Amino acid sequence: MTAAVSLTGGTVALGGRPVLRGIDLAVEPGEFVALMGANGSGKSTLVRTLVGLRPLVAGEVRLFGTPLDDFGQWSRVGFVPQRATAAAGVPASVWEVVAAGRLTRRRLLRPLSRADRAAIEDALEVVGLADRRRDAVTNLSGGQQQRVLIARALAGEPELFFLDEPTAGVDLPNQHVLADTLARLKERGATIVLVAHELGPLERLVDRAVVMRDGRVVYDGPPLRDHEVHQPWLGEPHTHHHHHAPRPADHVPGVASPVDRSVDHRGGER
Amino acid sequence: MSPIELFSLPFMQRALIAALLTGLAAPAIGTFLVQRRLALMGDGIGHVAVTGIALGLLTGASPVWTAVLVAVLGALLIELIRERGQTNGDVALALLFYGGLAGGIFLSGLGGQSAASLNTYLFGSLTTMSVSDVIATMVLATAVIALCLGLAPQLFAVAQDQEFARVAGLRVRAYNVLVAVLAAVSVTVAMRTVGLLLVSALMVVPVATSQQLTRSFRATIAAAMALGVLASVGGLVVATFASYKATVAPGPTIVLLALACYAVAWPIGIWTRHRARLREPFPTGEPDAHEACAEHPHDHGPGCGHLAVPHDDHVDYVHDGHRHAAHGSHYDEH
Repeated sequence: MTAAVSLTGGTVALGGRPVLRGIDLAVEPGEFVALMGANGSGKSTLVRTLVGLRPLVAGEVRLFGTPLDDFGQWSRVGFVPQRATAAAGVPASVWEVVAAGRLTRRRLLRPLSRADRAAIEDALEVVGLADRRRDAVTNLSGGQQQRVLIARALAGEPELFFLDEPTAGVDLPNQHVLADTLARLKERGATIVLVAHELGPLERLVDRAVVMRDGRVVYDGPPLRDHEVHQPWLGEPHTHHHHHAPRPADHVPGVASPVDRSVDHRGGER
Repeated sequence: MSPIELFSLPFMQRALIAALLTGLAAPAIGTFLVQRRLALMGDGIGHVAVTGIALGLLTGASPVWTAVLVAVLGALLIELIRERGQTNGDVALALLFYGGLAGGIFLSGLGGQSAASLNTYLFGSLTTMSVSDVIATMVLATAVIALCLGLAPQLFAVAQDQEFARVAGLRVRAYNVLVAVLAAVSVTVAMRTVGLLLVSALMVVPVATSQQLTRSFRATIAAAMALGVLASVGGLVVATFASYKATVAPGPTIVLLALACYAVAWPIGIWTRHRARLREPFPTGEPDAHEACAEHPHDHGPGCGHLAVPHDDHVDYVHDGHRHAAHGSHYDEH
């Protein structure tokens, strides 16, 4: 059986500095894998590499057995990015954002088919936001916004899900709704790769835990409890409450060469 | 001359057609620019297009088409800079702004063109459009409107969340380039109507106005296009009537009318958002202790004059810092 997603000898650099080194990971169809680790351990970078948002310096990503560069069946993949804090400039309704997830299956210049509408309805139903469909996304709470992003991925009816920190900044009741949603996906046979700092209510769903530290995989096996991830034998003291403060902005106006790439100060979280 | 006679004159009809199409096209692409927080991109392209106009005047080619060409090149350059350097995009825009404007004035000086011919493009001159100008406007504006509306789902997804769009298999870069090109084309469409220096107003102000009152993207773009038509056609009509008494240019009138719409919509938007925030349901969960309200002579109910906020399966009435929920014959503090 070919792995749903695999990475062999993966090395990723951000701004010339190697962030992930020598990662080997294969996720079988139907598995529920949690990528864990402290801030800056590279777990988000890893998931973004798997969907092709970060170029590899060395190694190869395969999705359903096909090398990433040749892969074209994006309707089989659902990606739930980290919730953006800055909202876009124009209001967008819940329905519209979820409908965008259907683009993986829509042809250019065609109106929504009945199947498209049904899939969008189903996705809204699964995350429990069907009654908020007309509301602007910005009027929802953080946990509800996270559920909108999950519904967007669901609308494309993928079989492989990547979720980047779906529980970050989400209150406990919403985390339980999220866990129920993911449990339903798991029952349907979906493969799920999830980045999480702490699993919380998701713990019961996890089949396999992969713990990252400083850009390397330090543990790959049966699920761990949250506190075990941060045990000394995994080389990681209790760091998970120390969020990196954003760099203080100085008062020098940002006049520099206009084509400089901005350097990511957040240690590869994005 | 009566107003009816005036509007039946060919030059006036050409002006009306141009105003109508500009009013539709500029806000359509402007919505995507505002969504991507590139509201000033239209301004940048407008300044670059000045060089294109001067190039046309200098070489004797049609200024409209040289402006399209140079504006598209400028837009692609802006898009390239935006893509490569995220933090310093504003400096790059500034360089293009001033380079384009200075280049245009320099070139038109070289060609010995009088300031008047450049002025018609800088500040618009709806009523002096030739038949070929109007045909060019119609072709370009129709293309902009058709592409903006036809590809709206894709353009929306790319502007909303680029990374998601990339993983959804969309060609994000191609769509970004398309938006830049469409913005450049609509700048040149609108330059005869409101002028290159005010072009961005017609792309941004109707969108800013409509998003005061809308909750969805589709409503925003539809309302912005309606407001754009209202401002551009209305501005032309107002300027025409006013010109019996004084010299009134259509371009600034159109922009001022669009801004007046914004001035009306803004307080309404503030008020509706404030109201929506007040009426947002309270978080679920009962208070730990059952605390009954003491004396309460007033009966709460629908239309009792107090703010009613949903809370779980009931309604809390808010007054004087209390949240009162009916419980049997008394009220509980929630």
